[in-house]
Amino acid sequence: MKNKAILVFCSIIIIFILFNSCQTEQDIIYARYYVNGKGFYEQHCQNCHSKDGLGLQALIPPLTDSIFLIKNKNKLACFVKQGMDHAIIINGKLYEGNMPAQTHLANIDIAAVITYVTNSFGNNQGLYDVKSADADLETCD
Amino acid sequence: MKLFIFAIAAFLITACSSNEPTSLPIMGEREAIEKVIDGKTVIDTLYLTIPSFSFINQDSIVVTDKDFDGKIYVADFFFTSCPSICPVMHRNMLKVYEKFKGNPDVKIISHTIDYKYDTPSVLKRYATKLGIEGTQWEFLRGTKDSVYTIAEQNYLVAVQEDNSADDHAGLVHQGWFVLIDKEKRLRGTGYDGTDEKQVDKLISDIQILLDEYKTK
Repeated sequence: MKNKAILVFCSIIIIFILFNSCQTEQDIIYARYYVNGKGFYEQHCQNCHSKDGLGLQALIPPLTDSIFLIKNKNKLACFVKQGMDHAIIINGKLYEGNMPAQTHLANIDIAAVITYVTNSFGNNQGLYDVKSADADLETCD
Repeated sequence: MKLFIFAIAAFLITACSSNEPTSLPIMGEREAIEKVIDGKTVIDTLYLTIPSFSFINQDSIVVTDKDFDGKIYVADFFFTSCPSICPVMHRNMLKVYEKFKGNPDVKIISHTIDYKYDTPSVLKRYATKLGIEGTQWEFLRGTKDSVYTIAEQNYLVAVQEDNSADDHAGLVHQGWFVLIDKEKRLRGTGYDGTDEKQVDKLISDIQILLDEYKTK
């Protein structure tokens, strides 16, 4: 009787562990974008925007303004691809510097870096996939 | 037996703590010269020193080597529109600035290598946005020749114009920070300004150098 109880208990635990260790396909896709995006961020963005996304004083804007990132979600891909040469207001402060274009990045890489940025530094916006990037990049000026 | 282990432990602890450097080496090329003092010929060592210079700072004021007499300073080379290593260099230099802010013995020079674009007003705007007030941190502009020459021959930092580089304006420079003492000798070179750990080393070296003068 006692053995049976232990057996049931162990089975429940094993089922529980197996269930939790399986990521959904969506989770795996997200993780792939995020990890690749982190690599691209370190290579192309981190010198200016810094490791922790805080930018540099009043020269380079931080990436912590979630409201700006949500409002401009459809423009972020164009910002990355074409750079920026107009002033923007981030966290209530004016930034006037130019951001260099990253025309060499493929759409899927841009999607990865946006997924990374919009889910780091206090942001939490979920996956931004290559389909969204393709569509948004069509609308660039 | 216990006493023996204790003795070894004590020895090891003291052996480790004595590794702290208390002075910095003097760097750069040197030559021995003969001098006649009081009728006797003595041999003295001539170290590489920073020669006299004259540049314009962010307030459009002429700054010369005289302004650095009796100062320890850190020098680097940059330009304001540089998109690659400069932001990270100055993010790190800002740590040095914050650490020694208000210390009259410590200064910082950032030489721009973009003579055409980085006028004093551009440098001033850059400094202000970086959060720098006053002139403890000088942003200096000079002719291309004077800046490139002092960089390569005296601070031992390579800078060049390279039109094949995809860097803005075809300007290329190394990210070294250089530490100069009150006698204008090189006391530290090759701190990688893009590496936080090496900048921490620079900060501790500045402190060592300050202490050297204190004990003299």
